[in-house]
Amino acid sequence: MRLTRHEKQMLAGKEGPAVQKAMEIVTALGRIYGATDLVHVESVQVAGVSYKNLGEAGLLFLREWAREGARVRVPTMLNPAGVDLEQWRALDLPEEFAQRQMEVLDAYAQMGIEMTCTCTPYLIGRVPGLGAHLAWSESSAVAFANSVLGARTNREGGPSALAAAICGRTARYGLHLTENRRATHIVRVACPVRTEVDFGVLGYEVGRRVGKGIPYFVADGAAWNAETTSAGLHLRMLAAAMAAGGAVALFHVQGMTPESELDEIVRPDAEEIRIDSLAEGYARLSSPLEPIDFVSIGCPHASLEELRDVARYLAGRRVRSVLWITTARETRRRAEAAGWVQAIEHAGGHVVSDTCLVVAPVEALGVKTMATNSAKAAFYAPSHSGLQVRLGTLGECLDAAVQGRWAPRRRPTC
Amino acid sequence: MRLRGRIIKEGAVHGEALVSPEPIGFLGGVDPETGVVVEAGHPLRGQSVAGKILVFPTGKGSTVGSYVLYRLAYKGLAPLGIINAASEAIVAVGAIISNIPMVDGIDIGQIRTGDEVTIEGEWVTVRRVARTGQGAEAE
Repeated sequence: MRLTRHEKQMLAGKEGPAVQKAMEIVTALGRIYGATDLVHVESVQVAGVSYKNLGEAGLLFLREWAREGARVRVPTMLNPAGVDLEQWRALDLPEEFAQRQMEVLDAYAQMGIEMTCTCTPYLIGRVPGLGAHLAWSESSAVAFANSVLGARTNREGGPSALAAAICGRTARYGLHLTENRRATHIVRVACPVRTEVDFGVLGYEVGRRVGKGIPYFVADGAAWNAETTSAGLHLRMLAAAMAAGGAVALFHVQGMTPESELDEIVRPDAEEIRIDSLAEGYARLSSPLEPIDFVSIGCPHASLEELRDVARYLAGRRVRSVLWITTARETRRRAEAAGWVQAIEHAGGHVVSDTCLVVAPVEALGVKTMATNSAKAAFYAPSHSGLQVRLGTLGECLDAAVQGRWAPRRRPTC
Repeated sequence: MRLRGRIIKEGAVHGEALVSPEPIGFLGGVDPETGVVVEAGHPLRGQSVAGKILVFPTGKGSTVGSYVLYRLAYKGLAPLGIINAASEAIVAVGAIISNIPMVDGIDIGQIRTGDEVTIEGEWVTVRRVARTGQGAEAE
Protein backbone atom coordinates (compact mmCIF):
# COMPACT_ATOMS: atom_id res chain seq x y z
CA MET A 1 0.00 0.00 0.00
CA ARG A 2 1.34 3.44 -0.92
CA LEU A 3 1.64 5.84 2.01
CA THR A 4 2.74 9.46 1.85
CA ARG A 5 5.75 10.57 3.87
CA HIS A 6 3.45 12.14 6.42
CA GLU A 7 1.42 8.93 6.70
CA LYS A 8 4.59 6.88 7.19
CA GLN A 9 5.59 9.20 10.01
CA MET A 10 2.19 8.85 11.64
CA LEU A 11 2.52 5.06 11.43
CA ALA A 12 6.02 5.21 12.89
CA GLY A 13 4.72 7.02 15.96
CA LYS A 14 6.03 10.53 15.20
CA GLU A 15 2.68 11.99 16.26
CA GLY A 16 2.37 9.90 19.40
CA PRO A 17 1.01 6.48 20.37
CA ALA A 18 -2.65 7.35 19.82
CA VAL A 19 -2.12 8.34 16.18
CA GLN A 20 0.18 5.38 15.66
CA LYS A 21 -2.48 2.97 16.88
CA ALA A 22 -5.08 4.62 14.64
CA MET A 23 -2.77 4.34 11.62
CA GLU A 24 -2.08 0.70 12.45
CA ILE A 25 -5.81 0.01 12.35
CA VAL A 26 -6.40 1.92 9.11
CA THR A 27 -3.42 0.38 7.30
CA ALA A 28 -4.17 -3.15 8.56
CA LEU A 29 -7.70 -2.87 7.14
CA GLY A 30 -6.17 -1.58 3.92
CA ARG A 31 -3.92 -4.64 3.70
CA ILE A 32 -6.76 -7.03 4.50
CA TYR A 33 -9.07 -5.55 1.89
CA GLY A 34 -6.44 -4.85 -0.77
CA ALA A 35 -6.40 -1.03 -0.72
CA THR A 36 -3.77 0.71 -2.83
CA ASP A 37 -3.62 3.81 -0.63
CA LEU A 38 -5.52 5.87 1.94
CA VAL A 39 -8.19 8.45 1.21
CA HIS A 40 -8.95 11.61 3.21
CA VAL A 41 -12.38 11.55 4.81
CA GLU A 42 -14.65 14.56 5.03
CA SER A 43 -16.44 13.43 8.19
CA VAL A 44 -16.73 10.48 10.53
CA GLN A 45 -19.71 9.03 12.36
CA VAL A 46 -18.84 6.70 15.23
CA ALA A 47 -21.05 3.83 16.38
CA GLY A 48 -20.36 2.05 19.65
CA VAL A 49 -21.64 4.81 21.89
CA SER A 50 -24.27 3.12 24.04
CA TYR A 51 -22.86 1.62 27.21
CA LYS A 52 -25.34 -1.21 26.56
CA ASN A 53 -23.23 -2.24 23.53
CA LEU A 54 -19.77 -1.13 24.67
CA GLY A 55 -19.73 -2.54 28.17
CA GLU A 56 -16.88 -2.00 30.58
CA ALA A 57 -14.26 -3.12 28.03
CA GLY A 58 -15.29 -0.53 25.48
CA LEU A 59 -15.27 2.20 28.13
CA LEU A 60 -11.77 1.17 29.29
CA PHE A 61 -10.49 1.21 25.75
CA LEU A 62 -11.91 4.66 24.92
CA ARG A 63 -10.55 6.16 28.13
CA GLU A 64 -7.11 4.72 27.46
CA TRP A 65 -7.01 5.97 23.87
CA ALA A 66 -8.13 9.45 24.95
CA ARG A 67 -5.47 9.43 27.69
CA GLU A 68 -2.80 8.53 25.11
CA GLY A 69 -3.77 11.71 23.27
CA ALA A 70 -6.32 10.56 20.67
CA ARG A 71 -7.88 13.64 19.03
CA VAL A 72 -10.04 13.72 15.90
CA ARG A 73 -8.85 15.70 12.83
CA VAL A 74 -12.14 15.89 10.91
CA PRO A 75 -15.71 16.66 12.00
CA THR A 76 -16.81 13.58 13.93
CA MET A 77 -20.27 12.73 15.17
CA LEU A 78 -21.65 10.08 17.47
CA ASN A 79 -24.35 7.47 17.10
CA PRO A 80 -27.16 7.44 19.69
CA ALA A 81 -26.15 6.81 23.29
CA GLY A 82 -27.98 4.69 25.85
CA VAL A 83 -29.74 7.58 27.59
CA ASP A 84 -31.16 11.02 26.89
CA LEU A 85 -28.37 13.18 28.29
CA GLU A 86 -30.71 15.74 29.80
CA GLN A 87 -33.87 13.94 30.80
CA TRP A 88 -32.85 10.35 31.66
CA ARG A 89 -34.24 10.65 35.19
CA ALA A 90 -37.66 11.73 33.94
CA LEU A 91 -37.63 8.74 31.58
CA ASP A 92 -36.97 6.29 34.44
CA LEU A 93 -33.68 5.02 33.02
CA PRO A 94 -31.37 3.40 35.61
CA GLU A 95 -28.87 5.70 37.35
CA GLU A 96 -25.87 3.34 37.33
CA PHE A 97 -26.25 2.85 33.58
CA ALA A 98 -26.59 6.60 32.99
CA GLN A 99 -23.44 7.21 35.02
CA ARG A 100 -21.39 4.79 32.91
CA GLN A 101 -22.89 6.27 29.77
CA MET A 102 -21.72 9.75 30.79
CA GLU A 103 -18.19 8.38 31.27
CA VAL A 104 -18.24 7.00 27.72
CA LEU A 105 -19.32 10.38 26.39
CA ASP A 106 -16.65 12.17 28.43
CA ALA A 107 -13.98 10.06 26.73
CA TYR A 108 -15.39 10.89 23.29
CA ALA A 109 -15.66 14.59 24.18
CA GLN A 110 -12.01 14.56 25.25
CA MET A 111 -11.16 13.40 21.72
CA GLY A 112 -12.94 16.43 20.26
CA ILE A 113 -16.05 14.66 19.02
CA GLU A 114 -19.39 16.47 18.69
CA MET A 115 -22.03 15.17 21.11
CA THR A 116 -24.61 14.86 18.33
CA CYS A 117 -25.68 11.32 19.29
CA THR A 118 -27.88 10.63 16.29
CA CYS A 119 -28.27 8.03 13.56
CA THR A 120 -29.46 10.76 11.16
CA PRO A 121 -26.64 13.35 11.06
CA TYR A 122 -27.83 14.29 7.57
CA LEU A 123 -31.06 15.66 9.12
CA ILE A 124 -29.18 18.16 11.28
CA GLY A 125 -27.07 19.81 8.64
CA ARG A 126 -24.20 17.31 8.29
CA VAL A 127 -25.02 16.56 4.66
CA PRO A 128 -22.09 15.13 2.70
CA GLY A 129 -21.89 16.04 -0.98
CA LEU A 130 -21.98 13.73 -3.97
CA GLY A 131 -18.79 11.65 -4.09
CA ALA A 132 -17.58 12.74 -0.63
CA HIS A 133 -15.48 10.11 1.15
CA LEU A 134 -16.65 9.35 4.69
CA ALA A 135 -16.04 6.85 7.47
CA TRP A 136 -19.51 6.37 8.95
CA SER A 137 -20.53 3.37 10.98
CA GLU A 138 -24.21 3.38 11.88
CA SER A 139 -25.74 0.98 9.39
CA SER A 140 -28.79 3.03 8.37
CA ALA A 141 -26.75 6.25 8.09
CA VAL A 142 -24.20 4.42 5.92
CA ALA A 143 -26.91 3.10 3.61
CA PHE A 144 -28.63 6.49 3.37
CA ALA A 145 -25.39 8.46 2.81
CA ASN A 146 -24.16 6.09 0.10
CA SER A 147 -27.45 5.64 -1.69
CA VAL A 148 -29.52 8.78 -1.36
CA LEU A 149 -26.72 11.35 -0.94
CA GLY A 150 -24.20 9.64 -3.24
CA ALA A 151 -21.38 9.85 -0.69
CA ARG A 152 -18.88 7.01 -0.27
CA THR A 153 -18.40 5.05 2.91
CA ASN A 154 -17.90 1.45 4.00
CA ARG A 155 -19.74 0.09 7.03
CA GLU A 156 -17.11 0.92 9.60
CA GLY A 157 -16.94 -0.72 13.02
CA GLY A 158 -16.76 1.61 16.05
CA PRO A 159 -12.96 1.45 16.55
CA SER A 160 -12.18 1.63 12.82
CA ALA A 161 -14.35 4.74 12.37
CA LEU A 162 -12.64 6.31 15.35
CA ALA A 163 -9.24 5.40 13.91
CA ALA A 164 -10.23 7.12 10.65
CA ALA A 165 -11.22 10.24 12.60
CA ILE A 166 -7.90 10.29 14.44
CA CYS A 167 -5.92 9.86 11.18
CA GLY A 168 -8.32 11.89 9.01
CA ARG A 169 -8.08 9.02 6.53
CA THR A 170 -9.43 5.60 5.76
CA ALA A 171 -8.21 2.82 3.49
CA ARG A 172 -9.43 3.13 -0.10
CA TYR A 173 -11.34 -0.11 -0.68
CA GLY A 174 -14.92 -1.34 -1.01
CA LEU A 175 -17.50 1.39 -1.59
CA HIS A 176 -14.86 4.13 -1.93
CA LEU A 177 -14.18 2.69 -5.40
CA THR A 178 -16.59 3.32 -8.30
CA GLU A 179 -16.33 -0.23 -9.64
CA ASN A 180 -17.63 -1.66 -6.36
CA ARG A 181 -20.78 0.48 -6.40
CA ARG A 182 -22.57 -1.39 -9.20
CA ALA A 183 -25.77 -3.24 -8.41
CA THR A 184 -25.59 -6.98 -7.77
CA HIS A 185 -29.36 -7.50 -7.72
CA ILE A 186 -32.30 -6.07 -9.70
CA VAL A 187 -35.38 -5.87 -7.50
CA ARG A 188 -38.79 -5.73 -9.19
CA VAL A 189 -41.56 -4.82 -6.80
CA ALA A 190 -44.93 -6.16 -7.96
CA CYS A 191 -47.09 -5.20 -4.97
CA PRO A 192 -48.09 -1.74 -3.77
CA VAL A 193 -45.57 0.00 -1.51
CA ARG A 194 -47.16 3.14 -0.13
CA THR A 195 -46.65 3.84 3.55
CA GLU A 196 -43.41 4.26 5.49
CA VAL A 197 -44.10 0.85 7.06
CA ASP A 198 -44.42 -0.78 3.62
CA PHE A 199 -41.04 0.65 2.67
CA GLY A 200 -39.51 -0.68 5.86
CA VAL A 201 -40.97 -4.16 5.40
CA LEU A 202 -39.85 -4.16 1.77
CA GLY A 203 -36.34 -3.20 2.92
CA TYR A 204 -36.29 -5.96 5.50
CA GLU A 205 -37.35 -8.58 2.93
CA VAL A 206 -34.82 -7.39 0.34
CA GLY A 207 -32.08 -7.22 2.98
CA ARG A 208 -32.75 -10.81 3.98
CA ARG A 209 -32.42 -11.93 0.37
CA VAL A 210 -29.43 -9.91 -0.83
CA GLY A 211 -27.31 -9.91 2.37
CA LYS A 212 -24.30 -7.74 1.57
CA GLY A 213 -25.43 -7.19 -2.02
CA ILE A 214 -26.28 -3.91 -3.77
CA PRO A 215 -29.93 -3.88 -4.89
CA TYR A 216 -31.23 -1.79 -7.79
CA PHE A 217 -34.95 -1.09 -7.38
CA VAL A 218 -37.09 -0.80 -10.46
CA ALA A 219 -39.86 1.62 -9.53
CA ASP A 220 -42.43 0.76 -12.16
CA GLY A 221 -45.64 2.67 -11.86
CA ALA A 222 -48.44 0.78 -10.17
CA ALA A 223 -46.44 -0.87 -7.41
CA TRP A 224 -44.03 1.86 -6.57
CA ASN A 225 -44.53 5.35 -7.86
CA ALA A 226 -41.30 7.36 -7.72
CA GLU A 227 -43.36 10.56 -7.87
CA THR A 228 -45.11 9.87 -4.59
CA THR A 229 -42.17 8.28 -2.83
CA SER A 230 -40.54 10.50 -0.27
CA ALA A 231 -36.78 10.73 -0.70
CA GLY A 232 -36.83 11.46 3.02
CA LEU A 233 -38.98 9.25 5.21
CA HIS A 234 -39.66 6.41 2.75
CA LEU A 235 -36.06 5.91 1.67
CA ARG A 236 -34.86 6.35 5.24
CA MET A 237 -37.11 3.48 6.36
CA LEU A 238 -36.08 1.39 3.35
CA ALA A 239 -32.36 1.97 4.01
CA ALA A 240 -32.59 1.26 7.73
CA ALA A 241 -34.51 -1.99 7.31
CA MET A 242 -32.26 -3.28 4.52
CA ALA A 243 -29.20 -2.63 6.64
CA ALA A 244 -30.77 -4.47 9.58
CA GLY A 245 -32.42 -7.39 7.74
CA GLY A 246 -29.27 -7.85 5.67
CA ALA A 247 -26.03 -5.89 5.55
CA VAL A 248 -26.90 -3.56 2.68
CA ALA A 249 -24.65 -0.49 2.59
CA LEU A 250 -25.71 0.84 -0.82
CA PHE A 251 -28.79 0.60 -3.02
CA HIS A 252 -30.05 2.37 -6.11
CA VAL A 253 -33.62 3.38 -6.96
CA GLN A 254 -34.38 3.93 -10.62
CA GLY A 255 -34.90 7.61 -11.29
CA MET A 256 -34.54 8.62 -7.65
CA THR A 257 -31.05 8.04 -6.30
CA PRO A 258 -28.07 9.95 -7.74
CA GLU A 259 -26.11 7.02 -9.17
CA SER A 260 -29.10 5.09 -10.56
CA GLU A 261 -28.82 6.62 -14.05
CA LEU A 262 -25.07 6.04 -14.48
CA ASP A 263 -23.92 3.81 -17.34
CA GLU A 264 -23.43 0.18 -16.36
CA ILE A 265 -24.65 0.82 -12.82
CA VAL A 266 -26.12 -2.70 -12.87
CA ARG A 267 -23.61 -5.53 -13.15
CA PRO A 268 -24.19 -7.80 -16.15
CA ASP A 269 -24.41 -10.80 -13.82
CA ALA A 270 -26.94 -9.14 -11.49
CA GLU A 271 -29.53 -11.53 -10.10
CA GLU A 272 -33.23 -10.69 -10.49
CA ILE A 273 -35.50 -10.67 -7.48
CA ARG A 274 -39.26 -10.20 -7.58
CA ILE A 275 -41.25 -9.08 -4.54
CA ASP A 276 -44.89 -10.11 -5.04
CA SER A 277 -46.14 -9.47 -1.54
CA LEU A 278 -45.08 -7.94 1.72
CA ALA A 279 -47.28 -10.31 3.74
CA GLU A 280 -44.45 -12.61 4.79
CA GLY A 281 -42.34 -9.67 5.96
CA TYR A 282 -45.27 -8.27 7.96
CA ALA A 283 -45.86 -11.69 9.49
CA ARG A 284 -42.23 -12.01 10.54
CA LEU A 285 -41.98 -8.57 12.11
CA SER A 286 -45.44 -7.93 13.50
CA SER A 287 -47.79 -9.77 15.88
CA PRO A 288 -51.54 -9.11 16.20
CA LEU A 289 -51.27 -7.62 19.70
CA GLU A 290 -54.23 -5.82 21.21
CA PRO A 291 -52.98 -4.08 24.37
CA ILE A 292 -50.10 -1.72 23.52
CA ASP A 293 -48.15 -0.30 26.46
CA PHE A 294 -45.32 1.34 24.53
CA VAL A 295 -45.35 3.27 21.26
CA SER A 296 -42.04 4.11 19.63
CA ILE A 297 -41.61 6.49 16.71
CA GLY A 298 -38.26 7.68 15.34
CA CYS A 299 -36.12 4.77 14.16
CA PRO A 300 -34.12 6.13 12.41
CA HIS A 301 -34.37 9.39 14.39
CA ALA A 302 -37.46 11.42 13.52
CA SER A 303 -37.26 14.45 11.26
CA LEU A 304 -38.73 17.84 12.05
CA GLU A 305 -41.66 17.02 9.74
CA GLU A 306 -42.45 13.84 11.67
CA LEU A 307 -42.42 15.76 14.96
CA ARG A 308 -44.80 18.29 13.43
CA ASP A 309 -47.14 15.51 12.27
CA VAL A 310 -47.15 13.91 15.72
CA ALA A 311 -47.79 17.25 17.43
CA ARG A 312 -50.73 18.00 15.12
CA TYR A 313 -52.21 14.56 15.60
CA LEU A 314 -51.99 14.73 19.40
CA ALA A 315 -53.54 18.20 19.70
CA GLY A 316 -56.40 17.92 22.20
CA ARG A 317 -55.67 14.25 22.95
CA ARG A 318 -54.00 12.32 25.81
CA VAL A 319 -51.90 9.20 25.43
CA ARG A 320 -52.42 6.13 27.62
CA SER A 321 -49.38 4.16 26.47
CA VAL A 322 -45.79 5.26 27.05
CA LEU A 323 -45.02 7.25 23.88
CA TRP A 324 -41.43 7.90 22.80
CA ILE A 325 -40.54 9.96 19.77
CA THR A 326 -36.76 9.59 19.40
CA THR A 327 -34.86 12.27 17.54
CA ALA A 328 -31.60 14.22 17.36
CA ARG A 329 -31.15 16.88 20.08
CA GLU A 330 -30.83 19.51 17.35
CA THR A 331 -34.13 18.44 15.77
CA ARG A 332 -35.76 18.51 19.20
CA ARG A 333 -34.58 22.11 19.68
CA ARG A 334 -36.07 23.17 16.37
CA ALA A 335 -39.35 21.43 17.21
CA GLU A 336 -39.35 23.14 20.58
CA ALA A 337 -39.01 26.52 18.90
CA ALA A 338 -42.09 25.66 16.82
CA GLY A 339 -44.05 24.59 19.92
CA TRP A 340 -44.35 20.96 18.79
CA VAL A 341 -42.39 19.40 21.67
CA GLN A 342 -44.68 21.17 24.14
CA ALA A 343 -47.76 19.93 22.28
CA ILE A 344 -46.50 16.33 22.39
CA GLU A 345 -45.57 16.58 26.07
CA HIS A 346 -48.91 18.19 26.88
CA ALA A 347 -50.55 15.06 25.47
CA GLY A 348 -48.36 12.91 27.73
CA GLY A 349 -45.76 11.86 25.14
CA HIS A 350 -41.96 12.13 25.39
CA VAL A 351 -39.65 13.65 22.80
CA VAL A 352 -36.47 11.75 23.59
CA SER A 353 -33.12 12.75 22.16
CA ASP A 354 -29.56 11.37 22.11
CA THR A 355 -30.80 7.78 22.32
CA CYS A 356 -33.23 5.34 20.73
CA LEU A 357 -35.04 2.16 21.65
CA VAL A 358 -32.42 -0.07 20.04
CA VAL A 359 -29.64 1.15 22.35
CA ALA A 360 -31.47 2.40 25.47
CA PRO A 361 -32.18 -0.06 28.31
CA VAL A 362 -35.88 -0.01 27.36
CA GLU A 363 -36.44 -3.26 29.30
CA ALA A 364 -36.05 -1.14 32.46
CA LEU A 365 -39.26 0.77 31.61
CA GLY A 366 -41.32 -2.32 32.43
CA VAL A 367 -43.14 -2.36 29.07
CA LYS A 368 -43.94 -5.54 27.18
CA THR A 369 -45.76 -4.67 23.98
CA MET A 370 -44.73 -2.06 21.48
CA ALA A 371 -46.26 -0.46 18.41
CA THR A 372 -43.93 1.20 15.92
CA ASN A 373 -43.86 2.35 12.29
CA SER A 374 -40.25 1.19 11.89
CA ALA A 375 -39.40 -2.24 10.49
CA LYS A 376 -35.87 -1.85 11.84
CA ALA A 377 -37.19 -1.23 15.36
CA ALA A 378 -39.54 -4.19 14.98
CA PHE A 379 -36.58 -6.35 13.96
CA TYR A 380 -34.40 -5.45 16.96
CA ALA A 381 -36.89 -4.88 19.80
CA PRO A 382 -37.70 -8.56 20.53
CA SER A 383 -34.03 -9.62 20.87
CA HIS A 384 -32.59 -6.40 22.33
CA SER A 385 -35.37 -5.44 24.69
CA GLY A 386 -37.65 -8.45 25.03
CA LEU A 387 -40.64 -6.64 23.52
CA GLN A 388 -43.45 -7.99 21.39
CA VAL A 389 -44.14 -5.75 18.43
CA ARG A 390 -46.99 -4.61 16.24
CA LEU A 391 -46.21 -2.65 13.10
CA GLY A 392 -48.39 0.15 11.82
CA THR A 393 -48.25 3.56 10.20
CA LEU A 394 -47.60 6.69 12.23
CA GLY A 395 -51.37 7.34 12.44
CA GLU A 396 -52.13 3.78 13.55
CA CYS A 397 -49.39 3.86 16.17
CA LEU A 398 -50.60 7.19 17.56
CA ASP A 399 -54.17 5.86 17.67
CA ALA A 400 -52.82 2.95 19.70
CA ALA A 401 -50.95 5.34 22.02
CA VAL A 402 -54.13 7.33 22.69
CA GLN A 403 -56.30 4.27 23.30
CA GLY A 404 -53.68 2.09 25.01
CA ARG A 405 -54.67 -0.66 22.62
CA TRP A 406 -54.55 -1.38 18.92
CA ALA A 407 -57.54 0.32 17.31
CA PRO A 408 -56.51 1.20 13.80
CA ARG A 409 -58.74 2.95 11.36
CA ARG A 410 -56.79 1.50 8.44
CA ARG A 411 -55.05 -1.75 7.67
CA PRO A 412 -51.58 -2.17 6.21
CA THR A 413 -51.92 -1.93 2.46
CA CYS A 414 -50.15 -5.06 1.34
CA MET B 1 7.95 -26.17 9.51
CA ARG B 2 8.05 -22.49 8.65
CA LEU B 3 5.06 -20.69 7.12
CA ARG B 4 5.02 -17.15 5.85
CA GLY B 5 1.96 -14.93 6.17
CA ARG B 6 1.07 -11.28 6.33
CA ILE B 7 1.47 -9.15 9.42
CA ILE B 8 -1.75 -7.78 10.88
CA LYS B 9 -0.21 -6.82 14.24
CA GLU B 10 3.57 -6.93 14.45
CA GLY B 11 5.11 -8.91 17.28
CA ALA B 12 6.91 -12.02 18.48
CA VAL B 13 5.40 -14.71 20.71
CA HIS B 14 5.82 -18.40 21.41
CA GLY B 15 3.17 -20.76 22.75
CA GLU B 16 0.90 -23.74 22.34
CA ALA B 17 -1.56 -23.79 19.46
CA LEU B 18 -5.31 -24.04 19.95
CA VAL B 19 -6.82 -24.70 16.53
CA SER B 20 -10.44 -24.14 15.50
CA PRO B 21 -11.61 -25.39 12.12
CA GLU B 22 -14.56 -22.98 12.42
CA PRO B 23 -14.63 -19.15 12.50
CA ILE B 24 -14.73 -17.49 15.92
CA GLY B 25 -17.04 -14.65 16.91
CA PHE B 26 -15.87 -13.02 20.11
CA LEU B 27 -19.08 -11.19 21.05
CA GLY B 28 -21.30 -13.89 22.50
CA GLY B 29 -18.82 -16.58 21.41
CA VAL B 30 -16.15 -16.16 24.10
CA ASP B 31 -16.88 -15.38 27.75
CA PRO B 32 -15.07 -12.09 28.47
CA GLU B 33 -14.76 -12.99 32.17
CA THR B 34 -13.04 -16.36 31.68
CA GLY B 35 -11.71 -16.58 28.11
CA VAL B 36 -13.69 -19.79 27.58
CA VAL B 37 -15.44 -20.42 24.26
CA VAL B 38 -19.17 -20.56 25.02
CA GLU B 39 -20.81 -20.58 21.60
CA ALA B 40 -23.25 -23.51 21.36
CA GLY B 41 -22.00 -26.18 18.97
CA HIS B 42 -18.58 -24.55 18.49
CA PRO B 43 -15.70 -27.07 18.15
CA LEU B 44 -13.72 -25.20 20.87
CA ARG B 45 -16.67 -24.92 23.24
CA GLY B 46 -15.52 -25.26 26.86
CA GLN B 47 -11.84 -24.54 26.05
CA SER B 48 -10.01 -21.39 27.11
CA VAL B 49 -8.25 -19.17 24.58
CA ALA B 50 -6.12 -17.59 27.35
CA GLY B 51 -2.39 -17.81 26.75
CA LYS B 52 -2.77 -19.84 23.55
CA ILE B 53 -1.72 -19.19 19.99
CA LEU B 54 -5.26 -19.13 18.66
CA VAL B 55 -5.53 -20.48 15.13
CA PHE B 56 -8.80 -20.18 13.18
CA PRO B 57 -9.93 -19.46 9.62
CA THR B 58 -11.48 -16.02 10.15
CA GLY B 59 -13.59 -13.93 12.50
CA LYS B 60 -17.36 -13.50 12.43
CA GLY B 61 -20.18 -11.71 14.21
CA SER B 62 -20.56 -8.26 15.73
CA THR B 63 -17.91 -5.54 15.49
CA VAL B 64 -18.25 -5.22 19.28
CA GLY B 65 -16.12 -8.40 19.28
CA SER B 66 -13.01 -6.17 18.97
CA TYR B 67 -13.78 -4.84 22.46
CA VAL B 68 -14.21 -8.37 23.84
CA LEU B 69 -10.61 -9.15 22.82
CA TYR B 70 -9.52 -5.91 24.48
CA ARG B 71 -11.33 -6.86 27.66
CA LEU B 72 -9.71 -10.32 27.67
CA ALA B 73 -6.28 -8.72 27.21
CA TYR B 74 -6.96 -6.32 30.06
CA LYS B 75 -7.70 -9.26 32.34
CA GLY B 76 -4.73 -11.29 31.10
CA LEU B 77 -7.05 -13.82 29.44
CA ALA B 78 -6.41 -13.05 25.78
CA PRO B 79 -4.68 -15.37 23.33
CA LEU B 80 -0.90 -14.83 23.19
CA GLY B 81 -1.04 -14.63 19.41
CA ILE B 82 -3.57 -15.04 16.60
CA ILE B 83 -3.17 -16.84 13.28
CA ASN B 84 -5.91 -16.64 10.64
CA ALA B 85 -6.29 -18.03 7.16
CA ALA B 86 -7.93 -14.77 6.06
CA SER B 87 -8.57 -12.14 8.68
CA GLU B 88 -11.43 -9.64 8.73
CA ALA B 89 -11.90 -6.31 10.45
CA ILE B 90 -13.29 -7.39 13.83
CA VAL B 91 -10.47 -9.65 15.01
CA ALA B 92 -7.79 -7.55 13.25
CA VAL B 93 -8.90 -4.37 15.03
CA GLY B 94 -9.23 -6.30 18.29
CA ALA B 95 -5.65 -7.62 17.99
CA ILE B 96 -4.25 -4.17 17.19
CA ILE B 97 -5.96 -2.37 20.07
CA SER B 98 -5.01 -5.20 22.45
CA ASN B 99 -1.38 -5.59 21.28
CA ILE B 100 -1.78 -9.24 20.30
CA PRO B 101 0.67 -10.31 17.57
CA MET B 102 -1.36 -11.48 14.59
CA VAL B 103 -0.61 -12.97 11.18
CA ASP B 104 -2.94 -14.03 8.37
CA GLY B 105 -2.57 -15.69 4.98
CA ILE B 106 -1.44 -18.92 6.66
CA ASP B 107 -2.47 -22.44 5.61
CA ILE B 108 -3.92 -23.27 9.01
CA GLY B 109 -4.49 -26.91 8.02
CA GLN B 110 -0.77 -27.36 8.74
CA ILE B 111 -1.23 -26.56 12.43
CA ARG B 112 -2.73 -28.83 15.09
CA THR B 113 -3.85 -28.15 18.62
CA GLY B 114 -0.90 -28.76 20.94
CA ASP B 115 1.78 -27.78 18.39
CA GLU B 116 4.44 -25.39 19.62
CA VAL B 117 4.10 -22.26 17.54
CA THR B 118 6.26 -19.17 17.26
CA ILE B 119 5.06 -15.99 15.57
CA GLU B 120 7.83 -13.60 14.55
CA GLY B 121 6.68 -10.79 12.29
CA GLU B 122 5.35 -12.46 9.15
CA TRP B 123 6.87 -15.87 9.97
CA VAL B 124 5.13 -18.70 11.79
CA THR B 125 7.23 -21.65 12.98
CA VAL B 126 5.41 -24.85 13.91
CA ARG B 127 6.93 -27.71 15.90
CA ARG B 128 4.90 -30.84 16.39
CA VAL B 129 5.26 -32.12 19.91
CA ALA B 130 5.48 -35.92 20.16
CA ARG B 131 2.68 -37.31 22.24
CA THR B 132 1.53 -40.86 22.96
CA GLY B 133 -0.34 -42.31 20.02
CA GLN B 134 0.35 -39.35 17.77
CA GLY B 135 3.42 -40.66 15.93
CA ALA B 136 6.85 -39.19 15.55
CA GLU B 137 7.88 -35.64 15.96
CA ALA B 138 7.75 -33.69 12.75
CA GLU B 139 9.59 -30.46 12.11
